[in-house]
Amino acid sequence: MLVSLKWLKDYVNLQELPAQELAEKITRSGIEVDAVIDRSFGMTNVVVGYVEACEKHPEADKLSICQVNVGEETTQIICGAPNIAAGQKVIVARPGAKLPGGIKIKKAKLRGQESNGMICSLQELGIEGKLVPKAYAEGIYVLPEEAEIGTDVVTNFDLDDTVLELGLTPNRADAMSMLGVAYEVGAILDEEVLLPEITYSEAAEKADSLLTVRVDDPEVNPLYVAKVVRNIKVQESPMWLQQRLMAAGVRPHNNVVDVTNYILMEYGQPLHAFDYDLLGTGNITVRHAKEGEKITTLDDAERTLSAHNLVITNGEKPVALAGVMGGANSEVSGSTTTVVIESAYFDSGSIRQTSKDHGLRSDASSRYEKGVDPNRVIPAAERAAALLAELADGEVLAGSVVFDALDRAEKVVSVSPDFINQRLGMKIRFEDMLDILNRLKFKTEAANGQLVISVPTRRQDIQIEEDVVEEIARLYGYDEIPATLPEMETKPGGLTPYQEKRRVVRSLLEGAGLLQATTYSLTSEKSAQQFALTETETTKLLMPMSEERSTLRQSLLPHLLESVSYNTARRSDSVALYETGSVFLKTEDELLNEEEHLAIAMTGLWLDNSWQGERKEADFFVLKGIVESLSEKLGVELAFERGQMDGLHPGRTAFIMNDGKRIGILGQLHPTEQKVRDLKTTIVMELNLAELLHKNSEPLVYTPVPRYPSISRDIALVLSKIVEAGTVVNVIRNAGGKLLKDVRVFDLYEGDKMEAGKKSVAFSLTYFDPEKTLTDEEVTAVHEKVLRALMEVGAELRS
Amino acid sequence: MEEQLQGLKTEALEKIASAANVKELNDVRVAYLGKKGPITDLLKGMGKLPAEERPKMGALVNVVREDVTASLEERMVILEEAAINEKLQSETIDITLPGRPVKTGNPHPLTRVVEEIEDLFISMGYEIAEGPEVEKDYYNFEALNLPKGHPARDMQDSFYITEDILLRTHTSPVQARTMEAKGGEPIKIICPGKVYRRDNDDATHSHQFTQIEGLVIGEDIRMSDLKGTLSVFAKKMFGEDREIRLRPSFFPFTEPSVEMDISCFKCGGTGCNVCKKTGWIEILGAGMVHPNVLEMAGYDSKRLTGFAFGMGPERIAMLKYGVEDIRHFYTNDVRFLSQFQRTEV
Ligand SMILES: [Zn+2]
Repeated sequence: MLVSLKWLKDYVNLQELPAQELAEKITRSGIEVDAVIDRSFGMTNVVVGYVEACEKHPEADKLSICQVNVGEETTQIICGAPNIAAGQKVIVARPGAKLPGGIKIKKAKLRGQESNGMICSLQELGIEGKLVPKAYAEGIYVLPEEAEIGTDVVTNFDLDDTVLELGLTPNRADAMSMLGVAYEVGAILDEEVLLPEITYSEAAEKADSLLTVRVDDPEVNPLYVAKVVRNIKVQESPMWLQQRLMAAGVRPHNNVVDVTNYILMEYGQPLHAFDYDLLGTGNITVRHAKEGEKITTLDDAERTLSAHNLVITNGEKPVALAGVMGGANSEVSGSTTTVVIESAYFDSGSIRQTSKDHGLRSDASSRYEKGVDPNRVIPAAERAAALLAELADGEVLAGSVVFDALDRAEKVVSVSPDFINQRLGMKIRFEDMLDILNRLKFKTEAANGQLVISVPTRRQDIQIEEDVVEEIARLYGYDEIPATLPEMETKPGGLTPYQEKRRVVRSLLEGAGLLQATTYSLTSEKSAQQFALTETETTKLLMPMSEERSTLRQSLLPHLLESVSYNTARRSDSVALYETGSVFLKTEDELLNEEEHLAIAMTGLWLDNSWQGERKEADFFVLKGIVESLSEKLGVELAFERGQMDGLHPGRTAFIMNDGKRIGILGQLHPTEQKVRDLKTTIVMELNLAELLHKNSEPLVYTPVPRYPSISRDIALVLSKIVEAGTVVNVIRNAGGKLLKDVRVFDLYEGDKMEAGKKSVAFSLTYFDPEKTLTDEEVTAVHEKVLRALMEVGAELRS
Repeated sequence: MEEQLQGLKTEALEKIASAANVKELNDVRVAYLGKKGPITDLLKGMGKLPAEERPKMGALVNVVREDVTASLEERMVILEEAAINEKLQSETIDITLPGRPVKTGNPHPLTRVVEEIEDLFISMGYEIAEGPEVEKDYYNFEALNLPKGHPARDMQDSFYITEDILLRTHTSPVQARTMEAKGGEPIKIICPGKVYRRDNDDATHSHQFTQIEGLVIGEDIRMSDLKGTLSVFAKKMFGEDREIRLRPSFFPFTEPSVEMDISCFKCGGTGCNVCKKTGWIEILGAGMVHPNVLEMAGYDSKRLTGFAFGMGPERIAMLKYGVEDIRHFYTNDVRFLSQFQRTEV
């Protein structure tokens, strides 16, 4: 909402406050002022001129040489506007003038001809092109004949004005009108509000002799008022009206349309003007549209209607989309002589739906959607009649044609001062509360210690006691509220075990050298299922903004890999990222199964200590080590099984298992996948973190520090390459029994000293008995057993 | 013989003095004091002496032997020390070379902000509540006093999956769910999480972002309690000398509703580019829980009241760390992420 302060002064005394100060007061008491705009933009030396003569420039087709009387003198100005003509009153920027945007006007020569200033368009005065009346949009603005030659344009045409741009919250529909803002400012400054005076003389003939009104559904249209004005002269509005509309962000058209728009801005009540003759029937019927019925609205769009759209008809066909936009077939034009002014109350939900159906929002619909003041429908119609009589020489027919079933009673809210103070934690005096309510022009009675408030219908947002609390608080001043802390039973706060373990995981991963990443949950349908641990259908948005963000992810890896590529493309060759976040899986249930996952992706060097010759590429085992430390930290056993997944290297992929259940995947990207993503060797991991974190941790109980020494023996085996170390470890463990405390792989050799298809793996076995010192014989006995077991499965000792 | 002995001693002492290192000195030891050395030989030859001379000569040999031994040992200490010094000298390293890198990662800046806020409120007795990101329309809107067709639904254009299921537009549904679950009991929670709105991604908008909200419900919870709580928060997050101010605002789920500004932490209130010359920075929205919201979750709004507040960690991180583009939080450039390593405590 744009509020011209010059206009606002018609209704309320602004106490000569500087605009910035007023803006600050309005913001602090409830309506945020987003901007304070000086409409003069510091303009100087811009005056009314009279074009005495105008001829074509001999050397330039598009330029005219004008002799312009600017009061002090008649001077030559070259003008390039197509609509310049002798006999016009125009806006002249004199040499030395400053225009918006820092433009300075100087004497100049244009193609050999002297030019002492510039004849201006409205755009050059800082008015947005879309607000300039169509007739002048492509050229200079022509002032009315009465404009006095040589006078200052800024003061004469109300450009010495400041506009406040209000950022309105949806509850303050009342402030979508100048009167509403006047009431707000009046409450803040403790000033009275002066309503517009409405006087006009009526013709003898009655409006209802020319027009009838029928409303089919009083639920959605409880009040319809029509006035008939005839013998009007459709013409340009006077400057003051045009300027006010432009200040409010509305483009002037002609006096009839401008009057309806002016009252829309003034009262917040949408009006519509029909050309009576084009209506054709003298009947107005408000009804629901027929399914498939069509109307062409004023924006020249043909719209197909459905039954919940409300239309105004001439008894036969629609002439307006009720509360949203008029129809082209009954539009007021230059030849209109009789108009019907409609002022109505429509149900906000109905208008909202229609506006949404047709993607059509207008100044009218945006007000109806939020609810207009039922008590302004009739005054607005009267005000329109008065202005049309004044500005269009119209003859207002007697009375109105009315359908009225609207409850216009004020809502009564009772609230006790104690309640208000208790809610705020304050001690505001009763008189001060009364004073605030009076300033708001809320009729208030004090009865049995209660404040009984009749809320004016313009303030539909005041419904309950709490709403009154807010009114009192905001006008009393939030700065006055003391700072206290809640007095309630003190309980220790904290994280749930799940949340705490999530932090443990994070700090472990960060300690291990990974950076935490955050990526988007929405992805393309194509990549939604890639690397998913569980196969489910995709979940798509009804109306995505793009295909890229149309589907919920089922794995964190696609976006995490995008982040890795993003970095390597920027020459960060070594990247190690992790992310925790939800993946979204379809279920039988209405809601999705949101599983919290952990994903890791790494590429490049994991360790780079180059001057000491230590360099370690990120590989499968680096990431496996991290997963293993995670398993140890959480006390959850994880096992690795050879696995396969699309996009991963078939020989370098493992499923991560817990309790026999597959809960994750670890592997190197498939070379093809790496190529597609423009990556070098990249290792990835994703697991169902929720599954891990939901496991209850065992209590930690100390195991006594060994009192007896342990004994270790090494075994070097020659194995077929396809035999996995894990299998051998299991054989050793089974054979070693309870004295075998630990088995470790400490060497792997696959070089050319080995027979083809063979490898050498060395294991270190640790034997230990918590009860006593093991003798050599005891160890040898077990160790022999282990060796026999190994031989049985075909391993041979390396000599 | 005595002469011979003195000669040997002089000779030995000279050799000891001229030994250049431990090895040479040891050679001297072996040469003079060893089992095959001249002094041993002399002792062996004592048998040929007259018996009355033997004790005198014996004593003399021992003196020589002791003198040589003492000299040897003295020299040994010096040479050993020299040897150590030489070794140390040769072992000198260039201590300006870099240390072996310890690989360290760090949390995402948004996690850092969220955890800082969580920990502050945990210390004041709050619990952390979480909930689904794909939500029912009921919890996202209706339970929060935003019935279907409510004009305020326009404020947050949403991503729907079906007519009734959408990506949550704020973390407030977690509040609604918690209230419903607590069945009328007092509540003190913080709800962090991801939220989604139909916005084109640019420097200040993101279709996905995070929120962190707080909710307190109890007997006689007043607006002053909200103000006090927010003041503690502002000082902890943005510095002890921060002041706060409340401005009236509107949210469908609170009444009264306010926005909280803090005095600018950069200029202290005199006006700068961070506070857009106003001296104040808008940080969060808050208010007293709307009675409709309480009643819908089964609370007696006459007996229990509450306050709620909510803020955007992105905005806070942008303000705190001077980040100019919200997209940095989602592109995961390691040159950006790795800057959030250092402690600020
Ligand atoms: Zn500042």
